[in-house]
Amino acid sequence: MLSAGPGGGSMEEGVYYRAVSGGRIALQRRQHSASCREFSVRCPRLQLRSLSAATCSVWLVAYGLFVLSQNSMVLSAAIFITLIGLIVYLHFVKIDQESLLVIGSLGIQMTSAYASGKESTTFIEMNQVKDVVINEAIYMQKVIYYLCILLQDPLEPHRVSEVVPLFQSSKPRLDCLVEVYRSCQEILEQRKTETSPEL
Amino acid sequence: MVFKVYFPSCCASAESGLLIGRWIPEQNSAVVLAVVHFPFIPGQVKQYLSEVQRVTQVNMSVLGSWSNSKQEKQKSLDKFLEDLSTIFSHEPWIQLSKERDSKVWSCCTFQKHPSIPKEDEFILVYYDQRKVMLSQLHPPDNLTTSAGHKRDDASKLTAVFDTVVKSKVLFMTDRYDDGPIKLTHWQSEGVEASIIVELMKQASVPVCMLLTFLLSLVSSVCKSRVLKFWPLSFIWSKLSTCEQLGHRLEHLQIISSNRKAQNQTQLMRFCVKANIFVSLFIDMALGILLMSWLYRENRIGQLADTLIPVADHIAEELQDLLQWLMGVPAGLKMNRALDQVLGRFFLYHIHLWISYIDLMSPFIEMILWYVGLSACLGLTVALSILSDIIALLTFHIYCFYVYGARLYCLKIYGLSSLWRLFRGKKWNVLRQRVDSCSYDLDQLFIGTLLFTILLFLLPTTALYYLVFTLLRLLVVIVQGLIHLLVDLIDSLPFYSVILRLCRSYRLAAGVKFRVLEQKAGKPLRLLMQINPLSYGSVVQTYRLPTYACYPKDSWSSLCKKLFVGELIYPWKHKGEKQD
Repeated sequence: MLSAGPGGGSMEEGVYYRAVSGGRIALQRRQHSASCREFSVRCPRLQLRSLSAATCSVWLVAYGLFVLSQNSMVLSAAIFITLIGLIVYLHFVKIDQESLLVIGSLGIQMTSAYASGKESTTFIEMNQVKDVVINEAIYMQKVIYYLCILLQDPLEPHRVSEVVPLFQSSKPRLDCLVEVYRSCQEILEQRKTETSPEL
Repeated sequence: MVFKVYFPSCCASAESGLLIGRWIPEQNSAVVLAVVHFPFIPGQVKQYLSEVQRVTQVNMSVLGSWSNSKQEKQKSLDKFLEDLSTIFSHEPWIQLSKERDSKVWSCCTFQKHPSIPKEDEFILVYYDQRKVMLSQLHPPDNLTTSAGHKRDDASKLTAVFDTVVKSKVLFMTDRYDDGPIKLTHWQSEGVEASIIVELMKQASVPVCMLLTFLLSLVSSVCKSRVLKFWPLSFIWSKLSTCEQLGHRLEHLQIISSNRKAQNQTQLMRFCVKANIFVSLFIDMALGILLMSWLYRENRIGQLADTLIPVADHIAEELQDLLQWLMGVPAGLKMNRALDQVLGRFFLYHIHLWISYIDLMSPFIEMILWYVGLSACLGLTVALSILSDIIALLTFHIYCFYVYGARLYCLKIYGLSSLWRLFRGKKWNVLRQRVDSCSYDLDQLFIGTLLFTILLFLLPTTALYYLVFTLLRLLVVIVQGLIHLLVDLIDSLPFYSVILRLCRSYRLAAGVKFRVLEQKAGKPLRLLMQINPLSYGSVVQTYRLPTYACYPKDSWSSLCKKLFVGELIYPWKHKGEKQD
């Protein structure tokens, strides 16, 4: 009786944007209730080209070593390395989808789903969230924009204690970030109107 | 106004009744702990609640009503539930209802004096009571300060976890108990307990007392005055085996002691003791495995037979090296006289060493046999003994290094001082700086002469120093690797890692929420799950403290010391006095 459904009472939008690297990413927005929204960004998939190129180069090197040393262990070692490397890459490195769940009075949750199905989640409580902003950064020869959460220590609300960047693997461009930023700000403003009339 | 209701998932299929739990006004949230079923007498319910409140210090009250209707909605039941709100006055009175074959619930509140007429929004958060009760949030938050007041800015989730944990007494009754009230909670089908755990708890008290007694005997023997005389205490401090044994003794004392440490909850204290216990157990198991392998097929004898030839071989290699240095090493031309002096001096030392080894050779097998028995104390002890044996066997390399380094150091200091004289300057000790100075003619003459002699003898001394420093560094690296392995076995928290693997909800880094099926107009439903700690954080939080060997100097100061000729001791033990 407790199950998670894919749909159910929420608006879905799948819009295509571009990432900083040029790949195509998809943004999906869902509104679960008046104060709960979810944003999912799907990263570009693993290309067959790059996978074949990596595998071929490893095996060429292994075959070259085999010709030099005439030891067949080199070939089996190369196969082993390719398999282990692929599994490690899919499980620890390649992120398929990043999502942000904003619940008005509870907090903000960030989930990263890896290509092997593993999910890593972080939840930040609302009393620690100071604001959500778009920041600029110099990355190699480019200037890129990224969305980040400013954290505050509840004991010292006027100081920013930490900056948590969002969507680090998919790196959407400014147009996509602006959409997410506007939605988040609508929910964050609600909490301000909630606390002030009670004082 | 946003209302949050934390509902235990075990009560989702319970019969209709009253909701009891804690209302947290600062957060507008209600934590439901159990459901009281019909029939009940309101007076008895209130009495029971006040008793539980007295024992657990949790502000418990009747929060509202819960209706799980199997048939069509009954108007009479609604009226009855509304009337209950007048008996158990609680502001606000929450009404949860679930229809048959429907996944969405409805929730509304009654407020006697509504402050501002606003649309109420509800968030239903389902939580697994058993997991929340047993889990431990990291980092542990001490909610109450010394004055006993609760911090207003305390984390909301910690308050929820705290409420469930403190209400342990409420979960002790199950439905087979004959009491005035029937409750539903996570243990209502039967209280969980484990025979093994109970037996171990009963057995641990006398075992701990026996262990404390034995340890106090052993430590009093160790601390006796007999062992404190100068040569013995020096040897004990230099041998890494003694340090390792002392370390393990401290660990055993921690297990058997009952001291309550600050900033640590019960689970963490138990984890520390369990980690030490499992670490000792694995250590001894590996040690006994090693011992059984060593003593089979007379391997000790074989080891002893190869040890002497290996030591002889090392000595012969060193002799060849010195002969090479006394000749024309790497094409460099040495100063013949100094070369011969230094070479013969070191060769004589090697000759002494070889005769010493030959003297010891009949006894080696017996010594090894008895020393190998101590491997049953643990693999770490066996590795420490190995490291000590390496240190003893390469003692002559250490001596050569010290001679070479001292000679080279003297030469460098002499050169720098005479170089200053050569330029007409002097080191002012009072002002700690270089000042100009007028020297007499004969002072200048002798100074320049000595400077020239030292300068042209520098390559020879530098070469000897370089060779012996490289050998010494090799030995130090090997010893360092062994100590690293010992440290790893000592400090790795095996029990915490296994706990994280098997019961990941016990070590929680936080929570995560999952949005369940929604329907427009109905409250938002979320499932709260425990987010377990990552393996890296587990190892970091529960690491056992060790007498870790870590590099004393940074790379730049190490290079500087090597260049100047100061003696280097790259691994510093925690607790050693600074030189």
